[in-house]
This record gives sequence, C-alpha cells and structure tokens, in this order.
Amino acid sequence: MADNEFEPNIVGFLCNWCTYTAADLAGTTRVQYPTNLRPIRTMCSGSVDPVYVIRALLSGADGVLVGGCHPGDCHYVSGNYKARRRITILKSILNTLGLEDERVWLRWISAAEGRKFAETVRKFTEELKKQGANPVKEYWST
Amino acid sequence: MARNGILEVEDGNLLNTLNMLWGKLFEKKVIDALLIPQELPSGISVVQTLVRRPESLKDPNPLAPVLPVNSARIVSQMTKVAPSQRRVGIVLRPCELRALIELVKLKQASLENLVLIGIDCFGTYSIDHYGKLAQEGSPPTEDFLKGVKEGSEDSSLREACQSCEHPIPINADLIIGLMGMDFEKSILIQASTPEGEAILEALELKDSNETEVAKREKAISQLIAQRTKKRDELLEQTKRDVFGLENLLKLFAPCINCHNCKTVCPLCYCKECFFDSPTFEMEAEKYLGWAEKRGTIRMPTDTLLFHLTRMNHMAISCVGCGMCQEACPNDIPVSNIFRLVGSRVQKIFDYVPGRSLEEELPLATFKEDELQEVG
Repeated sequence: MADNEFEPNIVGFLCNWCTYTAADLAGTTRVQYPTNLRPIRTMCSGSVDPVYVIRALLSGADGVLVGGCHPGDCHYVSGNYKARRRITILKSILNTLGLEDERVWLRWISAAEGRKFAETVRKFTEELKKQGANPVKEYWST
Repeated sequence: MARNGILEVEDGNLLNTLNMLWGKLFEKKVIDALLIPQELPSGISVVQTLVRRPESLKDPNPLAPVLPVNSARIVSQMTKVAPSQRRVGIVLRPCELRALIELVKLKQASLENLVLIGIDCFGTYSIDHYGKLAQEGSPPTEDFLKGVKEGSEDSSLREACQSCEHPIPINADLIIGLMGMDFEKSILIQASTPEGEAILEALELKDSNETEVAKREKAISQLIAQRTKKRDELLEQTKRDVFGLENLLKLFAPCINCHNCKTVCPLCYCKECFFDSPTFEMEAEKYLGWAEKRGTIRMPTDTLLFHLTRMNHMAISCVGCGMCQEACPNDIPVSNIFRLVGSRVQKIFDYVPGRSLEEELPLATFKEDELQEVG
C-alpha cells in the first residue's frame, strides 16, 4: 500500500444488539478488516437521528455506516424499519441537493455475522477510496 | 357528498355580506367564538383575531391578500395544552388548513369543538407589499379581487402562492367558494362534512344549481393547471440553483443563523428545538478544536447543519406556505428549497401533507417489505 493512498474516515452508528456485537465478534474471531471505521454504539438504528449523520458528513467524515438488526429482528420490534424510512429520506434529500448520498450506508448485520461486518467495512472502504475524499473538507464556510 | 348553498352578495359588497354570515354563525349558536383575520386600525395590515363577542367584530377581512402568519400555529397554541371547551369557528386559507391537519397528526393541535371554515385562496402578497399598497390609499383587497375577476395573474403575489397547486381548502367543515363565481352577485358555501351540512341547514341558504358548481370546478382546474406549471418551473430552477455543495453554500451564504425560518414554520413541531438545546452550548476549547482541524471555521457554527436537519425533520410535512422565505431577513429561497426536497420525499411515500387525517405520517409508520434498495 502506497503511503500517500487516501484512507477514508467512516463513522459507524452501530446498534448495540447486533452490528456492534458483530464488530466484537469479528475482533474475537480475528477476522481482519480495514481500520477506517470509527464505531459509535447506539441502542438502536432507529435512534440515529439524521442530525448525527449530517453532522458527521459536514465535519468531514468520508462515509457514514448505520448498522442495525435484520428486518424482523429488531430488539425493540420496529426500530430498524423506522431507521430505514429515516435514512431513505436523508439519502433522498442529499441526492436532491447533489450531496453524494452514496456516502451513507444502511446495512443489516446480526450479532452472529462478524464476517459480514468485516466484509461490509472492507467494501465500504473500497468504494469510498474510489469516490475520493468528502469535498466538504475543502470548505470552512459550512 | 358535498352540499352547496348559495350566498347572495348584497349591494355587490362581498366583505359586508360575509360579515353578516359571521354574525349569523354567532346568532344561530353554531359558534361561541371566531378566529378570523381583521384589518388593524392603522389599515396597513390584517392579522388573525379571536372574537368572543360578535358586536366587537369590527373589520373582518379574510379576503385580504396577505398572510402574516400561518394560522395553524395559532390553532396549535390555542389547543395544544387542552382542546377548546367551546365551539370556535376557525377561518383559514388552504395552506393553513393543511398545516393544521399535519399538526393534529403530530399531536400538536386538536380539532375538538372547532368549526373549520376554509376560504378559496387566490394568493397573498408579502406583508411589506400589502402595507405599501394600503398606504397608497386604495384598498388592496378590492383592487386584488378586481384583478382576480379580470382573470389576470398578479405577478406581485408571493412566489409560494404563484406556484401553489392547492388553492382550494380541503378537510374543512365549510368552504367559502369564490373561484369561478361572480362574487359581486353570489358565492358558494360548500359543506363537506356532516357538521358542515348541519351548519348550512341552520344558515337557511338556498341550494346552488349545478351550473354554478360546474363553473367553480372549471375555474379551479384552470388555476391549478396554471399554478402547477409555475411550480414545476420554480422547482426546476431551484434544483439548478441549489445542486452541489458549492451552490448550496452560495445559497446559504447570507444566513445569519437567526432561525426565523424555524420560528415561523407551522410544522416545526418540536416543543424544544434541538438547535436551541444545551447540546449546542459548548466550551471555547470545542470551537478551538474544530478551528484547529480546518484552520478556520465559520462562526456562528452549524449553518448548513441546521438547514439540512430541518429538511430531514420537516420536508415530509411541508405544505409550501412559504412563511420561512418571508421571515428570512436575507431573502434566502428557503421555501423553494424545502418544496423541492419535500416534493421528492413526499413522492417516495405517496404522501400529500394535509390530505387526510387518517393517513399516517410516513415517519410514524412503516411497511415490512419496502425500500429494500436502501437497507
């Protein structure tokens, strides 16, 4: 890997009951994945207000991953379905304004899917490398 | 099925005739109080007023082409803590009605004991423009209605009104129908709920004939077609102006973080705004840290964060009343941007704000097998 290769920063909002545990599992089973993700534990993907995602992006995060339980498996019954609507709206708004909604991913990763977690982070990192740095970093006037 | 009555206009004076109608509503005990726009003594603006005693109904003018506040906010203020114990007639424009329906769904207003009276809306001027016309001497309402009768579209109307595809009240008990009517002679009073029908009965109006209803329908569809075209042009233009980070920052460059747009928005429903909360009270070190990272940061901070977050919270219920744009001291086309993003997100859920009380708010519900391309 060349020293000057762009390394994206990804902020992850990970549900305590699934994706966060999956990250743990990936670690304990020694599955390798890129170190680009900064995990933040949330109680549910449904508790991730878009304001946090927007804040991360405007602060210069290159990508934001929201990780929740598979549909039907939410610890709080329906939080992930609500998250899906919220993130859909967020992505639609970013897209309408020409703000690269591909930088926001919503993925379902259960507590048993350490490998899927690692694979998701790897893929997201790769995609973001292709896409390049978040252009917001070039502006101080946000 | 809607029932239509005809209100004969006396001596060609529509406002006077409507005054008699309000008086009759009190007299027949249909209402105990009335929320209605009235001329201020200075004559240069019209504001919502709450009238408890009919004899003090001085200068009601719900036809004045000006909308100082979206009255859904007022109804929310009046009914949020506890619903009204008495019957209150509420005279509203279509965008106010639609906002009110959204607020009821957001549990920020109650329709209990309210009689909703909607008025066909031809559009409104900015407060400033209305004031100037009024000061020039000739009464703006009369001139405006004359223009409407001649069929000319007034280019001084607010941008939001010129491009409004909802000029007709929906979800009202009673509708004051002006469109397509020769309103020096007669207007339609339409009852669209059982309650409205009972009121129509009490008012003892004569039934309208079908030609009058058809005339109104035709005028409505013409105006809607014209305004929809305007709306599409406006949204296209807005899209070009706003697209991409650089353009977006240019549009919001004059923003001074006054949050007026939030304050006047009928639908910004949080009792305490996140942006006014202690979350945004930070120590100097925090700011210095951010400034260190980027070299320089814009102060006050979080201009774009505020607007993008508000879009996420509000766009799904945005009725396009344009109050935000009126309140902006620096003429940022906030309303146009909101309508643009609103039209996109509303389409995803086939949701029309204010269309129906029964339709659930898209963010309060979900389907199990939807949006699988997102997650």
